[in-house]
Amino acid sequence: MGTASNLLFQSSDWNFETLAHTYDAIEEIALGDLGLDVYPNQLEIISSEQMLDAYSSVGMPLMYQHWSFGKRFVFEDHLYRRGRRGLAYELVINSNPCITYLMEENTMAMQALVTAHAAFGHNHFFKNNYLFRQWTDATAILSYMDFAKKYIAKCEERHGTPAVEAILDSAHALMEQGVFRYRRPPRLSSEKERERMRERLEYEEQTYSDLWRTLPPSGENNDPTQLEKELAERKKSLNLPEENLLYFLEKTSLILEPWQREILRIVRVIAQYFYPQRQTKVMNEGCATFVHYTIMNKLFDQGKISEGAMLEILQSHTNVVFQPGFDDPRFPGINPYALGFAMMQDIERICVAPTAEDRDWFPDIAGTGNWRETLLDAWANHRDESFILQFLSPALIRKFRLFLLTDEADDNFCEVASIHNERGYEALRGALARSYDIGVNQPDIQVMDVDLLGDRHLRLQHNVKDGVLLEENSRDSTLRHVRHLWGYEVSLAGVDAETGETLYECSTEELSD
Amino acid sequence: MPNFIDRRLNPKDKSLGNRQRFLKRAREELKRTIKERVKSGKIADVDAEQNVSMPARGVNEPAFQPDSNSGERRHVLPGNREFAAGDRIPKRGGGGGAGNAGAGTGQSEDEFQFVLSREEVLDLFFEDLELPDMVKLNLKESVTFKRRRAGFSASGSPTNINVGRTMRNSYGRRIALRRPSRREIEALADEIARLETEPGGRNKHRQRLEELRQTLDSLERRRRRIPYVDPVDIRFNRFEPQPLPNASAVMFCLMDVSASMGEREKDLAKRFFVLLHLFLKRRYERIDIVFIRHTDEAGEVDENTFFYSKQSGGTVVSTALEEMLRVIRERYPANEWNIYAAQASDGENISGDSERCASLLHDELMGLCQYYAYVEIIDERETEIFGTTDNGTSLWRAYRIVDGEWPNFQMTRIAKPADIYPVFRKLFGKQPEMQLRK
Repeated sequence: MGTASNLLFQSSDWNFETLAHTYDAIEEIALGDLGLDVYPNQLEIISSEQMLDAYSSVGMPLMYQHWSFGKRFVFEDHLYRRGRRGLAYELVINSNPCITYLMEENTMAMQALVTAHAAFGHNHFFKNNYLFRQWTDATAILSYMDFAKKYIAKCEERHGTPAVEAILDSAHALMEQGVFRYRRPPRLSSEKERERMRERLEYEEQTYSDLWRTLPPSGENNDPTQLEKELAERKKSLNLPEENLLYFLEKTSLILEPWQREILRIVRVIAQYFYPQRQTKVMNEGCATFVHYTIMNKLFDQGKISEGAMLEILQSHTNVVFQPGFDDPRFPGINPYALGFAMMQDIERICVAPTAEDRDWFPDIAGTGNWRETLLDAWANHRDESFILQFLSPALIRKFRLFLLTDEADDNFCEVASIHNERGYEALRGALARSYDIGVNQPDIQVMDVDLLGDRHLRLQHNVKDGVLLEENSRDSTLRHVRHLWGYEVSLAGVDAETGETLYECSTEELSD
Repeated sequence: MPNFIDRRLNPKDKSLGNRQRFLKRAREELKRTIKERVKSGKIADVDAEQNVSMPARGVNEPAFQPDSNSGERRHVLPGNREFAAGDRIPKRGGGGGAGNAGAGTGQSEDEFQFVLSREEVLDLFFEDLELPDMVKLNLKESVTFKRRRAGFSASGSPTNINVGRTMRNSYGRRIALRRPSRREIEALADEIARLETEPGGRNKHRQRLEELRQTLDSLERRRRRIPYVDPVDIRFNRFEPQPLPNASAVMFCLMDVSASMGEREKDLAKRFFVLLHLFLKRRYERIDIVFIRHTDEAGEVDENTFFYSKQSGGTVVSTALEEMLRVIRERYPANEWNIYAAQASDGENISGDSERCASLLHDELMGLCQYYAYVEIIDERETEIFGTTDNGTSLWRAYRIVDGEWPNFQMTRIAKPADIYPVFRKLFGKQPEMQLRK
């Protein structure tokens, strides 16, 4: 190869050949220089329409049908057609092999950027971050989704779309409460095992005889001690309090049929699958952005990317990490790309060229020079909350000019609690980290008690933190969904997490339909 | 080397099922929107794509959500310029502004817009009109095409092979390439056989036989090389879809706009007009709509004025018929135009005028019109009383006579949308015959 043809690609059009050897060049840097560790990659080229399809089915390549996805599709489609919103350049799925969708409209420079970003950045993060490793199963998810899609289609055929839709509606309403936050979820059972379980259920359904129901009760009331013993055992086996409402309903509800339980399980598994993603937005995007930025610059230094292409890449990179100020009309909140990328660059700086302040704040990593290991370690062992708590530096707080606003519902003003100065750094860092803690931000609702042999009244408890209550309309309609799945009255009590005082109480008995 | 997969050719519309489910879900809301649209929009607009906005009410997805107006919360925000610790910032009304920054992006979905296709719009429009399914199908079908022979083509499906053409080409090619015919070859073979069977001929004609055999051989090879029917000979009949010849039509909308016609009456009348327009649009390529409103005098107006502006005065129905007659004479000669008329009224008329209307129709208009539909909009309570009887307003009684004499005259009383369709039933009954018209 001559010096002129050292470039990986010349024009902005792409073809599979250029894609392949650009991929190879990127891979060399990603694995060799940065030391990333990735799942095998599968890159799929899709059209904009297919991208919209993927958007509406929450980014999964396979998804069952439900009207809410249609709603999302119609919404996204309208914005896109009106030119109000561009589509993502890529979409990546946490699976093994790792599937990355590339849009056909992308220029070659964008395809290179996107390959580095998704196929290596996100991919590495999925494979190595402890949350993904422990809480999701990348190898099983695609076959599970395939099963879910077919299963729900079969249920619709057998029980009718409205019946299936009703269960899905209720299950979706409780998706947030359908994850195990504090204990590890059970692994997805293997395809074979599930098949066996289903067969057994089907057999039971087939051999079910209505005659048994008509048998006279066999001395139920004769033995009260036996009854009590059973009750105690049952309560113990319910394992209360339980944070995962969907799990509880699936296992305990008395009115659900086997197929309905299976649907609850499907929704629960999907919710659990996405749970780590929501806790690692900043890190995941930061990691991918940092990786693509580093790789693209390296390729440019090696003379493999032309200046024109590099300008295009940088322009798009800058758009991605743009952080408008709080008073900017475009301000949507803190941009996870911007914060993540800035923090990771900052870690590199601290490792290589620390200031005296950095040495004070980060004695472990300042000046060690091995930013690669530091970053790899951070990517593997942190989630957003702990990452920010550990690594947000005063220099970065000053750069973003962060400030902390406290907002009491009863006051008619907000108060600036801390700004980017010596006294504010710690508070700002803590508050920002806390704002990424899902456990704090999502309402904590648990199943407290249920009297299975009495009126079967299901009691839920909302642990109210900082006095933040639930929005009443959605709370009531969600409670109705719980009752739909439970079949009997349901009540929810809001209890202050610190004082233990009951703040509100509501029950489906009081709600009109 | 990664695994590249080109998915672009995969079936599209993966979300079509989801979209349909969503529309079904949102049906009530959408129906209301379309109804509003029909009320406020133009008649011809019903038959097109519609941009609708969807309030999230019927289709929201509830979940437990923190209430943004309670408790104590903290926001970390970037871009501080002038604040120092301890500064107080007044909240803007309604919780907007900086204090609301943490509220997230979910809100933007509360109300959103999207486009309904023409089919979807019509489905919703038809819903409470109670049209028979067959009719719905007829209306939704946009243009009718007829396949018409249009010459020949070199490609096509085997069923369309034109044998005559193909054989002609084959014959021409065989002549041009001098394909030896069977007769030639047989003659040669006979000659050889004759020479061979001649006693002692084998030796006497050795030279000649050799020559003959060579010629026969070359002829046979030639024959094999040049096929009898070659793919290049084959011709197919070509068909072209041609739109059925449609003439132009004009539709007259006549309406009483005196004070007795309220919102409900006008809404019903409008649906009646829309439906007639849809029927006509299917059949004719070009449709003009003429709006004539009347009180005690009539005038041609534009659509907006027709439906929305108010006019006071008495009611003289015959003025509208006269105005219609004038417009026909002026602009729509009956030999060039198919004339349709739809009249909506509450049946009120000045005394003595109804007879004049009947005679106007009888003597002049009915001869010119393809179809004349009259609806009398009545109160729902009145349906009980009038139901099927011939009694009623003077206009109704007068028209009753016309109805008996002219098959292309239709009249009915309507109190709710479902009553409208029967007026058109006859129009559809006549359809096969009408389609033959050029």
